[in-house]
Amino acid sequence: MALYKLQINGRSYQADVEPDTPLLWVLRDNLGLVGTKYGCGIAQCGACTVHINGEATRSCVMPVSAIGTSKVVTIEGLSAEGTHPVQQAWDEVDVAQCGYCQAGQIMTAAAFLKKNPKPNNDEIDAAMSGNICRCGTYHRIREAVKVASTKPAK
Amino acid sequence: MSILPNTNRRDFMKLAASAGGGLLLGFNWLSANATPAVVDEAAAAAGNLDFNSYLSIATDGTITILSPNPEVGQGIKTAFPIIVAEELDVDWTKVKVVQAPLDTQKFERQVAGGSGSIPHSWDRLRQAGATARLMLVEAAANRWKVPASEITTDKGVVMHKGSNRKLSYGELAQDAAKLTAPKDVKLKDTKDYKLIGQSIKNVDNKPILTGQPLFGIDFHREGMLYAMVQHPSAFGMKIKSVDASAAKAMPGIVDVVQFKNNVAVVGKSTWQVKKAREALKIEYEKDGDLESTSDHNRIFSQLMDSPNATVRRKDGDVEAAFKKAAKVVKSEYQCPFLPHSPMEPMNFFAHVRPDGVELVGPTQTPERARNETAKLLGISPDKVTVEMTRMGGGFGRRLAADYVLDAVEVSNLVKAPVKMIWTREDDMTGGNYRPAVRYRFEAALDAQGNMIGYKLRGVGINAGNPTREDNFPSGAVDNLLIDSFDHKSPITTGPWRAPITNFLAFAEQSFLDEVAMAAGKDPVQFRLDLLEKAKKSPAGEVKYDVDRMIAVTKLAAEKAGWGKKKGVHQGFSLYFSHRSYVAQIGEVAMLKGKPVIKKIYAAADCGVVINQSGARQQIMGGIVDGMGHAMYGNMTFKNGAPEQANFNTYKLIKLNEIPEIEVFFVDNGIAPTGLGEPALPPTGAAIANALFKATNKRLRNQPFVEEDAYKSII
Ligand code: FES
Ligand code: FES
Repeated sequence: MALYKLQINGRSYQADVEPDTPLLWVLRDNLGLVGTKYGCGIAQCGACTVHINGEATRSCVMPVSAIGTSKVVTIEGLSAEGTHPVQQAWDEVDVAQCGYCQAGQIMTAAAFLKKNPKPNNDEIDAAMSGNICRCGTYHRIREAVKVASTKPAK
Repeated sequence: MSILPNTNRRDFMKLAASAGGGLLLGFNWLSANATPAVVDEAAAAAGNLDFNSYLSIATDGTITILSPNPEVGQGIKTAFPIIVAEELDVDWTKVKVVQAPLDTQKFERQVAGGSGSIPHSWDRLRQAGATARLMLVEAAANRWKVPASEITTDKGVVMHKGSNRKLSYGELAQDAAKLTAPKDVKLKDTKDYKLIGQSIKNVDNKPILTGQPLFGIDFHREGMLYAMVQHPSAFGMKIKSVDASAAKAMPGIVDVVQFKNNVAVVGKSTWQVKKAREALKIEYEKDGDLESTSDHNRIFSQLMDSPNATVRRKDGDVEAAFKKAAKVVKSEYQCPFLPHSPMEPMNFFAHVRPDGVELVGPTQTPERARNETAKLLGISPDKVTVEMTRMGGGFGRRLAADYVLDAVEVSNLVKAPVKMIWTREDDMTGGNYRPAVRYRFEAALDAQGNMIGYKLRGVGINAGNPTREDNFPSGAVDNLLIDSFDHKSPITTGPWRAPITNFLAFAEQSFLDEVAMAAGKDPVQFRLDLLEKAKKSPAGEVKYDVDRMIAVTKLAAEKAGWGKKKGVHQGFSLYFSHRSYVAQIGEVAMLKGKPVIKKIYAAADCGVVINQSGARQQIMGGIVDGMGHAMYGNMTFKNGAPEQANFNTYKLIKLNEIPEIEVFFVDNGIAPTGLGEPALPPTGAAIANALFKATNKRLRNQPFVEEDAYKSII
């Protein structure tokens, strides 16, 4: 066990865990930030996507010991009240079915739009095809990314 | 005030007082025309009333509606309250929806499965809303001293035009609560609906999009332990010996316990128990047949030609029809096992205490979870409480309670509150699969291309009856025989979204396409002719509505421009399942010599559409699901062990692989039926029939990507 200081959503957290513990489980079990979801544990589904220094990152394969002073943002920290343009677009388009994959989808889309604020359809498809939605909400995910790209950036 | 004198006391629900006071209305779910009843806050707070369900109107105008059914992504938590709110004539933004706990005494049917929630509750929900509305109208009539017939309502406001007076529902709630609930309540005409048929957003959007704890896996209780269970390595194996010494010595591990053929590691965090589980040394020994996929293929072939199948339906003289046939068409279709793979793996919280059991988690059948827990522990079911969380999908997997019992067993052994989690690997290898099935179809055509005989044999591995003997084309063919075999296997199976029909529809609708080709007929016209025959001179009993079949067929053909388009190849498919009718047309274009699935048109008849947004979502999701599993889904076995365990070897469809989808509804005002399942069955054949048109290659086995015919065209 070792003590890790983490910068998450603009706050400092501490967790006393084994060095190989994936960030995902530190968030969920130790810090009570359960918005980041477990889907596969092997970087195949994207449910666990968070931002590390602005990069969409799969937290299920990211050992806590590798994070250091990097800034982590989870779905809980994307905006205080769910007002990030991507969250708003997701609401307007009514994307969620069961909703389980959507935190990962939103975090992927938010990081993507930050880099590419006015993407074309092919770019959206390429960016969003690493995240699985078992409910098949893909049409609306695509549409919501487009809607978000028309909103003023946050 | 008091309870209605004529109301049975057992029909009442215990109510908590709503803040601020107001109208609390309980209504009986047990029968469609039961009497609603009103209670006052004081009596409710005293806790001695027992209602079957309720909606409440607070003095500030907030409407709270309890939603009794589990929410698995099918949208019921949004759809149910819409129906109540419609009859109540209320401002939708003032409605609060609360998930009810398990109480089948009060709510009767609390199941997410079979697309059955809406048909079950349609009348009950409307009645509840309409009754409350009428009481508010009466309260206003009394106060204003005008006839109730002159009073109108809109968006939570009661109005009297003549005297230009208005009161909100909140202002009238206390008065209304003092009235006797009326018995004969008129329901709205379909054409007067303001909410039903609109697009209304998922009521849980906010917590979903901001990452609030909502799902079973998010549940936390102070002091709870985490558990993972090691199931046997293969179906047909049992534990011979367990060496847990290394696992027990690992950090954070509290205990390692054994129950039946499972070993559970219990500790302080998910990661610690996962790692300790990897340190378990378990030896297994054979306990049954260790079947491989190759064995199943052999079993299919044997049983396909065996005598003594179980006859499911027999009309006319099928042997005679085949004897005199001008042409016979014969084909076999086969599908593999499939795991359900909901994005949230199985998990449950259990706390077994001396005085009872507390369960919290994702389940499609809370009642089964309760009863199986009671049976396991030898206690009375009323000692078990079940709180339902939102579910990260289910697709039928959470109709079983095996994973709930994992949590119960562990909590019982370690005497502590436990959250039990399956990894994706546990989930995918944990059984309860869609069964593997092979079908053989035979059709006899006369010289004019009429289908005079039809035979279907289904052989399944733990599939029960793999046919749906009364579905189309039964009723449309004079001489028909449907029979089946079931092979009993240690590999466990269970319902998977649109059980049986998820593949049967593909096989049957592909085969009918083959028959239409052999008869030299247009595939749509061929089916319309059969339906016409089922209507005019039915063969045996017809258990589907022929007119509704025809209507969706024509709607799909019209919207897709069937037979009128250049540059695309179209395939048609039609299926009735779970009380709804869906026709689909797939479109394939050739791009550089390769077929590309461009678009799927869907025409659905589910009666009244309650929520456009939710209904379209269910249909599109069902089509994506149907296409994804038809294309890629493949679960194979080697000596009883599943060969796929996670999404690196088991492929689910991705965003860049979906075709455009356009959805149309038949508008007929008929009482609504469910949509969680019916859109999936027709999809595989709409695609395969279009691919055949484009390439002349017939796909008969799923997944397509493993088919030689498919490999030859891509
Ligand atoms: S849980 Fe991390 S990618 Fe699936
Ligand atoms: S909404 Fe259910 S998995 Fe995406």
